[in-house]
Amino acid sequence: MALPEDDPATASAEAVAEAPLVEAPADTVAGEVVLRLTDLVKTFPGVRALDGVQLEVRAGEVHCLLGQNGAGKSTLIKVLAGVHQPDSGQVEWRGEPATFANPQAAMKAGIATIYQELDLVEDLSVAENAFLGHEYRSFGFVRRGRMARHTRQILSRLGHGEIPPGRMVRSLPAAGKQIVSMARALSHEARLIIMDEPSAVLAHDEVGNLFRIIRELTAQGIAVIYISHRLEEIREIGDRVTVLKDGRTTAANLPARDTPTRDLVSRMTGRTIEYVFPDRPTDDSAGADLLQVEGLTRTGEFADVSLNVRAGEIVGIAGLVGSGRSELLETIYGARLPEAGTVRMDGKVLRPGVGAAVRAGMGMAPEERKSQALLLGEPIYRNVTLATFGRYARLGFTNAAKERAEADRIAETLELRPRDVDRPVRTLSGGNQQKVVVGRWLLGGTKLLLLDEPTRGVDVGARAELYQVIRALAAQGVGVLLVSSEVPEVLGLADRVLVMREGRVVREAAAGELDENTVLDLVMAGSLMEGAPA
Amino acid sequence: MSDATPTPTATPERPQLPAQSPPADPAETAVASDKAGSGGKLSWWRGDGGDGAKRNLGLIGVLAALIVVGAVTKPDLYGDPNWVWNNVLAILQLASVVGVVTVGMTFVIIGGGIDLSVGAIVALAGVWCTTVATQSYGAGGMIFTALAVGVCVGLVNGVLISYGRLVPFIATLAMLVAARGLAASISNKQTQVSSSTFINDIAARKVIGIPILVYILGAVVLAGWVVLNRTTFGRRTIAVGGNPEAARLAGINVRRHTMLLYALSGLCCGIAAIMLTSQATSAQAAMANLYELDAIAAAIIGGTLLSGGRGTIVGSLLGVIIFATITNLFAINGLSIEAQNMVKGGIIVAAVLVQQFQFKSVTRLLARNRVTTAT
Ligand SMILES: Nc1ncnc2c1ncn2[C@@H]1O[C@H](COP(=O)(O)OP(=O)(O)OP(=O)(O)O)[C@@H](O)[C@H]1O
Ligand SMILES: [Mg+2]
Repeated sequence: MALPEDDPATASAEAVAEAPLVEAPADTVAGEVVLRLTDLVKTFPGVRALDGVQLEVRAGEVHCLLGQNGAGKSTLIKVLAGVHQPDSGQVEWRGEPATFANPQAAMKAGIATIYQELDLVEDLSVAENAFLGHEYRSFGFVRRGRMARHTRQILSRLGHGEIPPGRMVRSLPAAGKQIVSMARALSHEARLIIMDEPSAVLAHDEVGNLFRIIRELTAQGIAVIYISHRLEEIREIGDRVTVLKDGRTTAANLPARDTPTRDLVSRMTGRTIEYVFPDRPTDDSAGADLLQVEGLTRTGEFADVSLNVRAGEIVGIAGLVGSGRSELLETIYGARLPEAGTVRMDGKVLRPGVGAAVRAGMGMAPEERKSQALLLGEPIYRNVTLATFGRYARLGFTNAAKERAEADRIAETLELRPRDVDRPVRTLSGGNQQKVVVGRWLLGGTKLLLLDEPTRGVDVGARAELYQVIRALAAQGVGVLLVSSEVPEVLGLADRVLVMREGRVVREAAAGELDENTVLDLVMAGSLMEGAPA
Repeated sequence: MSDATPTPTATPERPQLPAQSPPADPAETAVASDKAGSGGKLSWWRGDGGDGAKRNLGLIGVLAALIVVGAVTKPDLYGDPNWVWNNVLAILQLASVVGVVTVGMTFVIIGGGIDLSVGAIVALAGVWCTTVATQSYGAGGMIFTALAVGVCVGLVNGVLISYGRLVPFIATLAMLVAARGLAASISNKQTQVSSSTFINDIAARKVIGIPILVYILGAVVLAGWVVLNRTTFGRRTIAVGGNPEAARLAGINVRRHTMLLYALSGLCCGIAAIMLTSQATSAQAAMANLYELDAIAAAIIGGTLLSGGRGTIVGSLLGVIIFATITNLFAINGLSIEAQNMVKGGIIVAAVLVQQFQFKSVTRLLARNRVTTAT
């Protein structure tokens, strides 16, 4: 469970952590330019991912990178982290030309990175992952105790003192893994910390924690490169903004707080985007009950959840990460067995198992795209049709032409870049991979969509398109059950909202009757927030 | 430093090409070639496995090198086109039985498993179909028995693995021991001679100058290729092996499919049992010894990823042919089996090294991690 800033538990944790979280090297000078990139170029087969990037980062600032999905942000930071080698261009690190031949070299130079895609070793413990590659050692032996202590200290500072350092990473939920990879970046002595969409998997209050830590870091003169598709976050934490479009810097060093949103968006996309949610139908057009869930329970995850979704209705579930939302969705979908309760589709009780749910017309876009949804080495079109290829097949023979056409249609609607459906999914940017995951269930033929964080990592433009598609499907009579950590998304897209806290539904209301603060109060109220300001 | 995905090259050898293969209907060609035009340069050949096909080209290179070695060491023989043709047929015939087993093995490995029991299933099916009782039903009865035994044993493997949740390695290792034991007890450790001329003729005869065994291999390979690349079964195989959780959440019945994969491997073993029985005109419990290793090795050098999710039938076929060519090369030069095995071992290692090199970009971080944690 996440803890708010002024919680006693955190306070005691802070007592453990007298030392600063990350030690800035002694010779750090605030305001000095630590990193300067000129004309950086990086190509992949058939794609110019970086095509002349300029970037200047100063010590002690939060430098935000903005850009659409596939603009080259992650490629840029991977070049900085030594994962990729640039084809041409200069990297100037603390006034001197530098090349980082491998990730160790970059780390040694003082660049720590939180990657967009988790890069943890699942079968090692939390502490081992946090200190991977730079373990505390004496005489060749790893000093487990010291590592565990330091890890616990970092985790408490991140507001997650409850994650045991000895726990296997495999057994953590997605958000927990994100915390561990943050802990890993913070376990280094660094001058520059790069964060590639760290907030994508975090809930609202956790983002607060993250920002508090970023402020601590920058106060010591550490520079932070921060990537996010959420403009509100950039306004809140950022100092300067550099915008990338199609691998090029289209604007550099804009003030993060005062640059008008329209300006940022048009520099990112080359057009203006009305970042609005589609209108709700004015009349009550929702039909009969499609999904009825009664008394669904899984110990430790959620208890006694009852809900219904009508045809043509979008129901949103708001709640913190760890409030049991994803588990609930997976249980409804048959991927987990409930201990008690029933799931009915069209009035009929579903047999256990995903197969029965899919046959009854359900489709679920899971939370974790890499481990739960994608065949990374397979072409895009085969990933888009992974759940539906049987439908286009005749006598057991697949119809690749039809599949390509369908995938291409989705690729066009969701602005997939590059729009070549024969590419392996592995070569897509994070946001574009997410579009493939969600797109899989938008092909039609699904009666009930279960969407778990559907817009994770998706840029503003494509997000608006995705909302339109979801609303259009609802207008055709599809029921939608949406889980999102972004409260405005739930309130803006859904017709009806359920608020979950600690595995229980604590409030159900029409979306229009709730506002963001009410929902936030609800999700955080209770034992953990006692006495905390709303 | 190559940190991108392996640069694909356009090759004429493109067995899995959707656009090149005979399409089901004319519309498909139209759409596919249309895409080639609009989808940017070179996109027409990208498809089921750019890397796989590139590797196949490498295997053809290895094959060519082996032929050159043969021609250099025995120039007199290679000067005679008649001998060369017969030698090619001999190699293919040598490859045929293991080749059939390897097709089944390729499916199992792509599906994320491994089948160590193939050799034992061949032996059990061979012995069972040559018992006095079975032979009394004639050739048809024998063939049916061999196939049925293969499928049933494969199903047992499959059930143990997918519903009994046994690790494939353990389950099929146990089956290896058990099936050979059963074969020995059925045959009473005797060699059972096949008295069916129909069965015995399969290996002895040629049609239009080509041995029937080679036709069988060709048919199985073609069927395997079609199933893997053109059917929902093949698509499920790749999904189940590539990311079982994603497959499950997409509504694929992962367990049932895993079970079917082992049954398919068993079926291939049944076919191989008939071929081998025919070659020897007899069957015994020790036949098809170590076929599992030959089949796995061939699949691996053919580019099938041991962790599943990727592999090609054509690659596996080339793997089998390369091994058969090496055996042939050593035989015509009168060299020892021992030397031959050492060369085979070297080729397996080299192939796996190439595979790792190809996946370097993907696994770089992990590899680094492993090294550092090992220290
Ligand atoms: N390994 C790769 N092989 C081929 N192309 C790649 C590879 N990695 C990235 N690309 C391509 O490079 C471009 C930039 O990708 P990148 O991941 O940097 O985007 P991004 O700005 O981080 O997007 P997102 O917001 O979706 O994370 C994309 O077109 C992507 O398809
Ligand atoms: Mg990215």
